[in-house]
Amino acid sequence: MQASCYHCGDTCDDAIFDHDKAFCCNGCKQVYLLLNENNLCNYYDLDKSPGIKAKGKFIRERFAYLDDEATIKKLVQFSSSGQMNVVFTLPQIHCSSCIFLLENLHKINNGIITSQTNFHKKEIFIIFKPYLVSLRKVVELLSFIGYEPAITLDDAERKTPEIFNRHQVYKIGVAGFCFSNIMMLSFPEYFSGGHIEQAGLKETFAWINLTLSLPVFFFSASGIFISAWKGLRQSYLNIDAPIALAIVVTFVRSYYEIIFENGAGYLDSGTGIIFFLLIGHWFQNKTYNSFSFDRDYKSYFPLGATAIKGNVEKNIPVTQLQKGDRIIIRNGEMIPADALLAKGIAAIDYSFVSGETVPVQKRKGEVIYAGGKQTGGIIELEIIKEVSQSYITQLWNNDIFLGQKNADKSFIHPWSRYFTIALFSIAFCTILFWWRYDSSKIFPALTAVLIVACPCSLLLSATFTYGNMLRIFGKNKLYLKNAAVIESLAKINTIVFDKTGTITKNTSSTVTYDGVPLTSQELAAIKNITRQSSHPLSKVITASLQSETALPDITDFKEYAGRGLESTVDNIQVRMGSDSFIDQYDEKIISYDTGTHVYVMINNVYKGRFAISNQYRDGICNLIGRLKNKRFDLHVLSGDNNSEKRNLESIFYPTTKLLFNKSPQQKLDFIRSIQSDANLSTAAGANVLMLGDGLNDAGALRQSNVGIAVSDNTSQFSPACDAILDGENVKMLDKFIAFARSGKSIVAASFSLSILYNVVGLLFAVQGNLSPMIAAILMPISSISIVLLVTALSSLSARIKHL
Amino acid sequence: MSALFILIGISIVVASGFLVAFLWSASSGQYDDDYTPSVRILFDDAPATEEATEEKLSTRK
Repeated sequence: MQASCYHCGDTCDDAIFDHDKAFCCNGCKQVYLLLNENNLCNYYDLDKSPGIKAKGKFIRERFAYLDDEATIKKLVQFSSSGQMNVVFTLPQIHCSSCIFLLENLHKINNGIITSQTNFHKKEIFIIFKPYLVSLRKVVELLSFIGYEPAITLDDAERKTPEIFNRHQVYKIGVAGFCFSNIMMLSFPEYFSGGHIEQAGLKETFAWINLTLSLPVFFFSASGIFISAWKGLRQSYLNIDAPIALAIVVTFVRSYYEIIFENGAGYLDSGTGIIFFLLIGHWFQNKTYNSFSFDRDYKSYFPLGATAIKGNVEKNIPVTQLQKGDRIIIRNGEMIPADALLAKGIAAIDYSFVSGETVPVQKRKGEVIYAGGKQTGGIIELEIIKEVSQSYITQLWNNDIFLGQKNADKSFIHPWSRYFTIALFSIAFCTILFWWRYDSSKIFPALTAVLIVACPCSLLLSATFTYGNMLRIFGKNKLYLKNAAVIESLAKINTIVFDKTGTITKNTSSTVTYDGVPLTSQELAAIKNITRQSSHPLSKVITASLQSETALPDITDFKEYAGRGLESTVDNIQVRMGSDSFIDQYDEKIISYDTGTHVYVMINNVYKGRFAISNQYRDGICNLIGRLKNKRFDLHVLSGDNNSEKRNLESIFYPTTKLLFNKSPQQKLDFIRSIQSDANLSTAAGANVLMLGDGLNDAGALRQSNVGIAVSDNTSQFSPACDAILDGENVKMLDKFIAFARSGKSIVAASFSLSILYNVVGLLFAVQGNLSPMIAAILMPISSISIVLLVTALSSLSARIKHL
Repeated sequence: MSALFILIGISIVVASGFLVAFLWSASSGQYDDDYTPSVRILFDDAPATEEATEEKLSTRK
């Protein structure tokens, strides 16, 4: 049972204890002590493990540039002899504890007068006394407690969103004021049935209304007109077009009536429409903001790297890598961040980044960019720039690599295009109809029709449903590349499993050697060579060999994917691999296929073999049983021999195809063949989901409709996959598919609901029975209700499936 | 009834005063952040130190 850190919540490998609490590292402990000294332990009460783990040692010199006068001038908002004001962006703000701590900075350091945070913008505004504490010390303090400011020296863009929001507030204020006064001044008109006795009152009211309506029409509604105009210029009718038209019609008609016909106009409805629309937008934005889909700053990104600290190699998540850290990259692994080559021979394949498949040779001291893949032996790198998760995700989604996969657009898109056109046709027909029968109704019917129809909910249903689902999948350690994968996942009817590393566990396998005893030198050579490769079997062998001897660098390393390795170390030539691989060189091998074996040849002489026990992941049997009940077609494709056939047959149903000794190319071909096989349940052939390991199955993963790479926090990341699944949760595969299917039904349901809203609304509107003002209220209500509905339904669906 | 004209006029002037006050308060920036104040009011004050509590207890006796 590992303790979790009191400060940041991570599991502690070597816990440090103090004050009866466990901490994962000295950094967390120091922050705790600081808070404790200053009576700020309330920090821990407001939210669970709110602390942010310090990345590596806290180095003061990093902030030396903040002593420079010119830099200080650029960063502060205001400066005088007694006071300096500065605003910083702190992307780590994520909970109320953060707000608490950051607004109590003055307790930690006397020089800080006050500090105020803005949660949504993740900003902090600090006023401090420059003669007591320098800007550099303020930043050092923030970094120490875990909130290092993101400082860029060109902060040109920060001002705009602030002012934009404020303008919205002005518009709402003006619209509200004018609308309520116009409403009040229109009461006499309503209550007297159109006959006001006092001479001149009616005209006075009408003209005051007209004056009051002007700021609303020209100022408050300006946003709507501009948006509609922009759309029109691109020959595209957007959502704001019918609304803009409705407003113009109402106002023009009212002005005409007041000026020429001595009437009263419809300005109360007109301004009311604008007011309620603006309120609706504001409210919608608030609702959308609370469903934030940005992956949490503290969230786990499923990519690990092997870092070297001292002489120990340790696998850590890439987000913890810092500038100056050293990592080793094996054959086939991806480089997670920009780095300098420190040791080894690098031949980098940049196909992930640029599409170029010819590897680029790099020399010691040269920069290797993130996203490249090493082909060759092990290399040691020094990180020069931190990992950017967004960059990696961007590369993952890059079209160069993607090709045509998942390119089918969501089934909703064709509808939204025709929506506005349909709406205008209905409006036009309404005009014609009422012109014929009762012209007094043209006008209310027309404006109501134009306003009540709301296409927003059509588009929003998919966005919000899938956004929520991505978040839920992520919490269950299945990381999808993008929302389109959910729809593909829902269509799956065939599942193909790789064996090694997917159904079997990479960790905790026992390795035994059988054959001519090996000298310690030979063992060291073998260990050094298997260390170069990231194949699951190589890793297992490396881990099991005890060897302290460090050997000179390996030359001539060659790995044949899925088959074997070959290299020369210290005049010993080693070949290791499957029986068929070694067979090429020495035909005298007798292979009893009684397990997973790696055969060894040293200096062209066959020595023996390593036997590796297969340990299956927990819950696989039950998973397969459930998948069978739901009528999925299952297949197993393995690069290994058929020694496990009987075990697999007991797990899988006897009629499942179990195929062994498949090379990566053969796996790809197999998938292609079942995809076009017309003998299956669906006419178009199978929709294949492939679960495999990212490297050896890259082609097959790419070929299948959905490719999932199973990872155990390793550094195997293949862009060919559509999703990464943590090994622990492979047993939940059926639940994931069921959830994806429910997602599709949720979207369909909300889509129908919003069409229903529109149809019912229009029914009332065309009859002239719907006041335009009520229509303006209904529109935001309908979109908010749909958003809330899909979010609630998808969360409910997840809970039912125990996700 | 003609007093009505004057009254309406005055009321509109007074109401506009309120509008101006609203626009002025919005421009001061207090509505830019509408989330954090809601969290801020829920924070407790710092607990009284032990000496102060003891003093209070002794004086109460």
